[in-house]
Amino acid sequence: MTTLPLSSTPAAPAPPGRGAASGTARRSRLKPWAPWAAAGGSLVLAFLVTLVAGTPSFASVVALAAVFYLVGLTAWSRIVEGPRWATDRLATTLVTFAFGLALVPLISLLWTVVSKGSKVFSLTFLNTNMVGVFGDMTEGGVYHAIIGTVLITAAAAAISVPIGILTAIYLVEYGRGPMARGITFLVDVMTGIPSIVAGLFAFSLFTLIFGPAYRAGIMGAVALSLLMTPVVIRSVEEMLRLVPNELREAAYALGVPKWLTIIKVVLRTAIAGIVTGVMLAVARVIGETAPLLLTVGIITKVNWDLFDGLMTTLPVYAYNQYSQGGAGVDRAWAAALTLILIVMVLNLIARLVSKFFSPKAAR
Amino acid sequence: MAVLSPAKTTKLTSEDEPAVKRSKGGIAGRLFQWLSTAAGLTILVTLAAVAGFLILRAWPALTASPAELQEISWFKADSLLSYVGPLIFGTLLASVLALLIAVPLSVGIALFISHYAPRRLAQGLGYIIDLLAAIPSVVYGLWGALWLAPVLNPIFEWLTSSLGFIPLFAGYQPPAKNILTASIVLGVMILPIITAVAREVFLQTPRLHEEAALALGATRWEMVRMAVLPFGRSGLVSASMLGLGRALGETMAVLMILSPGFLYSFFLLEPGQHQSIAANIAAKFPEASGLSVSALIATGLALFVITLVVNMFARWIISRRSEFSGAN
Repeated sequence: MTTLPLSSTPAAPAPPGRGAASGTARRSRLKPWAPWAAAGGSLVLAFLVTLVAGTPSFASVVALAAVFYLVGLTAWSRIVEGPRWATDRLATTLVTFAFGLALVPLISLLWTVVSKGSKVFSLTFLNTNMVGVFGDMTEGGVYHAIIGTVLITAAAAAISVPIGILTAIYLVEYGRGPMARGITFLVDVMTGIPSIVAGLFAFSLFTLIFGPAYRAGIMGAVALSLLMTPVVIRSVEEMLRLVPNELREAAYALGVPKWLTIIKVVLRTAIAGIVTGVMLAVARVIGETAPLLLTVGIITKVNWDLFDGLMTTLPVYAYNQYSQGGAGVDRAWAAALTLILIVMVLNLIARLVSKFFSPKAAR
Repeated sequence: MAVLSPAKTTKLTSEDEPAVKRSKGGIAGRLFQWLSTAAGLTILVTLAAVAGFLILRAWPALTASPAELQEISWFKADSLLSYVGPLIFGTLLASVLALLIAVPLSVGIALFISHYAPRRLAQGLGYIIDLLAAIPSVVYGLWGALWLAPVLNPIFEWLTSSLGFIPLFAGYQPPAKNILTASIVLGVMILPIITAVAREVFLQTPRLHEEAALALGATRWEMVRMAVLPFGRSGLVSASMLGLGRALGETMAVLMILSPGFLYSFFLLEPGQHQSIAANIAAKFPEASGLSVSALIATGLALFVITLVVNMFARWIISRRSEFSGAN
């Protein structure tokens, strides 16, 4: 808990009603250890109650203790501190619980992926493909899927990052009137395009042009870039709008032309946010399964050619192995682990870039 | 670049040092403006192309007679409309349940990170949430089908035995391959996205607003309610919109968890009742050909229209509030 200076010191005049009753400006507060005491008390109480009711399990004790804590601390605070501070404590408790509750699925997910994925995850798994793997064989790996994922995602990023950043610049710096409003609106619409619709679009586009049997990695890349561009635009736009107008005005006052102001001042100030936004966009599309399932499918060996033939990607591979069942499920978990590792590395790079290249902020 | 008119820049000679810089700025500036405008127009063209190509490919199914459609092996309805109806219902039900789960939690988590947790801890927590926003949908699908479903089993059994008189919770059959499981996974999936955006927005609350609230004697919660939440409201709506967009179109988690059915049903715990449009397409598309491709694309078009409507609604909510931002 942070101690905001004002929340621990007594505020000057008490509200009239209370002031008249107590006749003093000082307001009584709970001691700093009170929440901890309440937590301990409710844990013990919950354990006793579950012991009486039946066999106590970890989950039931924690859940019951949470309820006791919520009610107990709020009531205690209301008696000692008054309704406003009781509400404050209730909010603090709820916010903390929300965080704790959300961590449960998230931690369990990571733990499950790591523990189940490490069963067949190895260097061999990373650099073999699925040629000649069938039935209950536990061999086979994701080399071809990693190549496919990297190629398709890179192609998607190459399409959508320049378009995204330039569009965001247009919207924030140049766009006025109905056209800018229209594009903002359409970006919003595009943000909501479901991934499967993007896949259907790429499928329709390429099969109309190149014939119904055409399949290639570039179809997947176009589908992914459709999903990625609005995310890039949104985050970059948000970051550009955060750049204070004073900085722009200072640059103009020094005689710097607008385009140079945008590149040297606006983009420079927002670079950390932009990189983080782009990385999150990449990380979002790198795990997209549905559009790739429709467009690039799955094969057993490496395909380096982005413009011809089926390609395997990690998410489709994981889904494919999961639906095969048996030994495939282990490979699915290992592929999931690989995917998560790649995403983590991407995020780490984003962090480092934003750490070393962003101007020092005030907070 | 309105300040530098072409006439003005060409009039100045190259001996004048600042003038040279300015004229270069003029050309590069116009080029830059032209480029960014073109990028903006690309968005327009792309969206028109998406709608156009989908309609083009769906047209054969849209105009086909029911008899022709019924030749498709999986087509059991009277018409395209009565086929897509239950799918739309299932999609909306799953997404709304997911939002009901995710939004309150996300606001709590975002507030915890931005205003409640110790500053040093908050940075690490933010990093964790950023990582989680990037977990691929297929991994959530694996986790939901192989870890969460068995865990939820006893809870659902208890729900249906003690609250079974409410139709919502009646008729549970293990394993937990029902729409509530799918919605919980969808909720978890959109949670980190909503949280990440909400956290950013909350952190951008002007320091002075917060300090002013505290200086007036507000408690921390009152400060949050009076300064942070109003400032972040439009951000929250757009965060929820992002989450809803992902939930509506989310394919893999639903495909891998839900046991499909084509009914208008509020039995949240019963398997074989619901199916979402996206999962239905993914399940049937790889084997489809000819008219069945068109029929599936037609359902995709329906999904596209739904997301369009949802986004327009969200946009309308946001537009009722004036924008706070640095660049006017």
